[in-house]
Amino acid sequence: MKKLIPILGFVFSLNAVAEPRATGDLGVVIQREDGKTLIVNSTEHKRLAEIEGLGDLSHASVVFSRDERYAYVFGRDGGLTKVDLLNDAIAKRIVQAGNSIGGAISQDGRFIAVSNYTPGGVKVFSADTLELIADIPAEYDDGKLSKVVGIVDAPGQRFVFSLFDAGEIWVLDLKNPKQPAVQKFRDIGKQPYDALISPDGRYYIAGLFGEPGLALLDLWDTSKGAKRILPEYGKTDDKLPVYKMPHLEGWAMADDYLLVPAIGKHEVLVIDKRQWQLVKAIPVAGQPVFVRARPDGRQIWVNFAFPDNSLVQVIDVKDLSVHKSLTPGKAVLHMEFTPRGEQVWVAVRDDNQLVVYDTETLTEIARLPAKTPSGIFFSSRAHQIGL
Amino acid sequence: MRKLLLLMLVSSTALAGEPSADRQNTLRNMLKHDCGACHGLTLKGGLGPALLPEALAGKSDDFLADAILNGRKGTAMPPWQRFINRDEALWLIKVLRNPEH
Repeated sequence: MKKLIPILGFVFSLNAVAEPRATGDLGVVIQREDGKTLIVNSTEHKRLAEIEGLGDLSHASVVFSRDERYAYVFGRDGGLTKVDLLNDAIAKRIVQAGNSIGGAISQDGRFIAVSNYTPGGVKVFSADTLELIADIPAEYDDGKLSKVVGIVDAPGQRFVFSLFDAGEIWVLDLKNPKQPAVQKFRDIGKQPYDALISPDGRYYIAGLFGEPGLALLDLWDTSKGAKRILPEYGKTDDKLPVYKMPHLEGWAMADDYLLVPAIGKHEVLVIDKRQWQLVKAIPVAGQPVFVRARPDGRQIWVNFAFPDNSLVQVIDVKDLSVHKSLTPGKAVLHMEFTPRGEQVWVAVRDDNQLVVYDTETLTEIARLPAKTPSGIFFSSRAHQIGL
Repeated sequence: MRKLLLLMLVSSTALAGEPSADRQNTLRNMLKHDCGACHGLTLKGGLGPALLPEALAGKSDDFLADAILNGRKGTAMPPWQRFINRDEALWLIKVLRNPEH
């Protein structure tokens, strides 16, 4: 018996050692009102942890470390928080600006870049320690600083971003972090409000608020500068009021098309990727905010701005038309697909829920509680250019 | 008849003055989330300018009500007159100037 006790003790302690956690099927959900984020598991449909102390998350965005261990949360108040998904804890946090809108991680995963409204510009930090590596004020026109939007990572250890007030696109090369090199493209269009980069990292496309069309920069050959696509579209029509800006991170490239939210029209625009011409304008229920492609490109899920923000519509790319309208609940803020697209998670702010749909049957398969959820980010973004 | 007239009188004064408690809740929610979408949930600004008392100090009620109802051309501020009337806009301005804690 005496010999048995230590053996039993050992066996019990083995059971008490937790199973190592894997991060490939984890996600981060922003709770915009209480400054907390959830860590969720998409395989189990479970909330794993609630992390507090992330400051003002009334608008927030997330990128993941190369090893999928850390989520970098960019908060509205300029907070940059490195969250450890293995230990459910904040690894490091800094406040780097007055008002901030988004960020990106470099090609090699070593640098985090943040795009700021106040002071207008981009700051680059070490992904490891969050120490400041570079500070690029978005200066234009005699020393004025512009709000910076639409920052993405690009191949060649670059970041690309747009200056809302200046109407410019800049390309920041960080191959030598001690000597950051900036290439500026001026007069690309009025008030670029957001941008995306194509999944292959070739085309940077900025949506324009101040005039029709979009600005396109071909990163394979920037010598030609930015080109205007769809310059005539909707030019003479009365614009419908826009109660929330479309968000272009989720812009969909599917089949041979780029699908984008129209601005000031209740349409999803289908643009041919070779000629950059409009192929179709799909009428939808309201001002689209997110237009997101399922990973296989067969479906596009669309949510809308106030006052149509209780709806989601699903477009079938095979015939480029709306196949289904869903009502997940009040105030749908975001949608995120699992890595191979069998599920989509929908954030429903006013119902304080995450609603999970099966994308094949378009039926609801799970609900999780979340306080005023906004952005949902799955860790598989760690390996996608531009995300 | 008298009761009807009295009711009409009471309800019309209510319309001319403060929004009902229910409506106030709806307006506050709109302020937080729909105005907040651009002005920040904390109203400290975002794509749109801050709406804190200091930021509004130099601007008249008329100017602000016009901005809310009709939007501001050349900026991202849309017109909200479809959703709120002038009295409600003025009530919102009062709330913005005197935030309760």
